[in-house]
Amino acid sequence: MDFSFTEEQNMIRDSLSRLIREQYDWETRNKVIASESGWRPEMWAQFAELGLLMAPFSEEDGGLGGNAVDAMVVMEEFGKGLVIEPYVPSVVLGGGFLKHGGSAAQKENHLASLMGGEETFAFAYAEPTSRFNLNDVSTTARANGSSYVLNGQKAMVYGAPWATHLIVSARTSGERYDDAGISVFIVPKDAAGITTRDYPTMDGFRASEIYFENVEVSGDSMIGEEGKALPLIEKVVDEGIAAICSEACGAMQIANADTIEYAKQRKQFNVPISTFQVLQHEMVDMFIAHQQSVSMTFQVTMRLEEDEATRKKAASAAKVQIGKAGRFIGQAATQIHGGMGVTDELRLGHYFKRLTLIDSQFGNVDYHLRRYTSLAEGQDLSAAAE
Amino acid sequence: MNLEFSPEENAFREEVRSFIEENYPEEIKGKDREELTKEQFVAWHQILGKKGWSVPSWPVEYGGTGWTPTQKYIWSEENARADTIMPLPFAVSMVGPVIYTFGSQEHKDKYLPGIVDGTTWWCQGFSEPGAGSDLAGLKTTAVRDGDEWVINGQKTWTTLGQHAEMGFFLCRTNPDVKKQEGISFILIPMDTPGVEVRPIIMTDGGHEVNEVWLTDVRVPVDNLVGEENKGWTYAKFLLAHERTGIAGVARSKRGIEKLREVAAMEHDNGKPLIANPDFAEKISQLEIDLTALEFTELRTIAGMQKGKGPGPESSLLKIKGTEIQQRLTELTLEAVGNYAAPYFRGFPTDGDNVFPIGPDYAHMAMPNYLNMRKTSIYGGSNEIQRNIIAKAVLGL
Ligand SMILES: Cc1cc2nc3c(=O)[nH]c(=O)nc-3n(C[C@H](O)[C@H](O)[C@H](O)COP(=O)(O)OP(=O)(O)OC[C@H]3O[C@@H](n4cnc5c(N)ncnc54)[C@H](O)[C@@H]3O)c2cc1C
Repeated sequence: MDFSFTEEQNMIRDSLSRLIREQYDWETRNKVIASESGWRPEMWAQFAELGLLMAPFSEEDGGLGGNAVDAMVVMEEFGKGLVIEPYVPSVVLGGGFLKHGGSAAQKENHLASLMGGEETFAFAYAEPTSRFNLNDVSTTARANGSSYVLNGQKAMVYGAPWATHLIVSARTSGERYDDAGISVFIVPKDAAGITTRDYPTMDGFRASEIYFENVEVSGDSMIGEEGKALPLIEKVVDEGIAAICSEACGAMQIANADTIEYAKQRKQFNVPISTFQVLQHEMVDMFIAHQQSVSMTFQVTMRLEEDEATRKKAASAAKVQIGKAGRFIGQAATQIHGGMGVTDELRLGHYFKRLTLIDSQFGNVDYHLRRYTSLAEGQDLSAAAE
Repeated sequence: MNLEFSPEENAFREEVRSFIEENYPEEIKGKDREELTKEQFVAWHQILGKKGWSVPSWPVEYGGTGWTPTQKYIWSEENARADTIMPLPFAVSMVGPVIYTFGSQEHKDKYLPGIVDGTTWWCQGFSEPGAGSDLAGLKTTAVRDGDEWVINGQKTWTTLGQHAEMGFFLCRTNPDVKKQEGISFILIPMDTPGVEVRPIIMTDGGHEVNEVWLTDVRVPVDNLVGEENKGWTYAKFLLAHERTGIAGVARSKRGIEKLREVAAMEHDNGKPLIANPDFAEKISQLEIDLTALEFTELRTIAGMQKGKGPGPESSLLKIKGTEIQQRLTELTLEAVGNYAAPYFRGFPTDGDNVFPIGPDYAHMAMPNYLNMRKTSIYGGSNEIQRNIIAKAVLGL
């Protein structure tokens, strides 16, 4: 058993946290998220230079030979700094589709430029009424000779305003909620027939609604086999879950540290409010919630390569823990800060917002409890039948 | 024991309901507070003022309605049902009662009419950066200079102070006595030189609170309400008034109805979210908590009918009322799913094809969730309320 990081992973952590400390200070971040474009391409280029974008790829794929643990390290630092650049959309999700499902030619065409930061990806899967269900796909891809024609709307696509390419889930056959019949495509965002509405999110990112109107893509742009993409989507999304769980742990760490610091400084009734036992116990519970979340993030990250059922359960279990802990920590930290907690002036509020919305990304607590339950029941039943 | 309303009470409900239907301004129907201009904010207050219903709890001689507690309860239920924008508490429930109870005849003549008819906007200048839960630790000073008070200090969290014509302030007038005994209650016109209001932006992006800086602000000595150094007594009186109705039962009932509507519109795997038993049970649990609170409040009201004032038990209403309001926003946030995330203030407003992102009911879910965290912090935080019950009710 070993929960330690490799030397490379420690180096990534150190250089990234230095970069964030030096160039991602609070004021700069706020200026950036309020700016026209909402991000810093030059920061993305620096991430590429540090090797972050190639860290979780194998050497055959041109990467540094790392894996999901590398993404976990990166994302924890992102969570601490509330970094908004699109590591999850582009590297974890976009890169995930390419590395697990991409053909030799697709890897050749896109992986190097993804790792170099020249191409950025976003994953367009949700639809206006699909909620968290990955199989709820109404966007269609109709075969037309050797190409496909896409029609439909994708919703809440994080990172899309900054993407050069989209990974799009679309139905090549079957009915709206069918597991079978879903395919994924690599689509250049400037393809004819795509329009977008870009907007900021409450947690400082940018996202898009994307409309496809007779968008023609070549057959080569399909990742994997026609109609069989759902298992791949689930795998990649589970990796996305592991990544944002780690991000949440970073955010929780700062929210907790800021709260402890504030409680020690803030005096009422001539004493620091940290001396009130009711607040002490609350901070202890925040500490416990963070520790349990870190453990669950290890748990899911270490199980991503196991069999499908184990991986899915691990991801759902982690997401439930993180969703609950994030909500509890966000609320408790706000409460202990008193009025200061509900202002936009302290960075705490921004951590609270991110922790809140992480719950609804890739399925909330209820969704994953249900998924976990159905997987756990399935296993028990098959075990009992044996 | 009897849960029925009397025929008179039912007739009263009818009267109130049709008055609201006929008179509530069309242009503010269904709007969130965040979207309102100052004029829209006071529109309903002013209509009620003309009708004589803007200050139901006041003594009749100052404009009150003389309603029984049950009638007042019906009144707030009907307003909640219609989602009206009610008058803010600062004038009606705070400074008004202080003035008619402790103020001079001149104060009453000068200030009460503007409160009744909704033409004077009042803000509350109590809290300071260093004096929140420990309000008596406030440092703003008022020093007498001839016929004037000269006031210096900083207030904060002043709700909607940007709109206010008048503010009621707690100031230290004697630094040499026990801290509760050296505080005075002073009225300050907000356009007095030296008063500066600076916005504080909240996590939801809204401008709801302010800092108020007071630098050599001079007001006539007559602006002192009641006796010098008795301000703490008036403040405690005022806060007790604030706590009545703080449970917000009627509003929360309406909130649960709206949540059910949202959950019926949201789809989860081909079925309405409301058909998901897990989610439906969460709403049921909330409604059960609310029913418990409602009956606790009704018991309090019944006690008040018999002349028992709400004691420290009102802290219970505050704690449970705010917890329920917060839970309501939490479940609404869960209900809207992905569309909690778009920041509505940042929606594209250019081009000729402007329409909102996601369904209408989703826009305010996240801002409301963030905003309502305030309810367990202000009006005496829920920790402080628990301290009150521990001490004053349980004798711990
Ligand atoms: C949105 C909003 C609007 C407001 N509007 C107004 C207004 O219009 N006018 C006005 O004067 N004020 C207003 N307030 C101020 C409000 O009354 C104070 O925020 C409140 O009294 C708490 O004070 P504080 O923010 O300084 O928190 P603090 O007093 O610093 O409290 C911080 C934390 O410590 C806890 N704590 C403090 N003392 C104890 C104790 N003895 N035991 C256990 N826990 C304790 C608190 O519960 C809280 O969790 C408003 C506040 C908000 C958030």
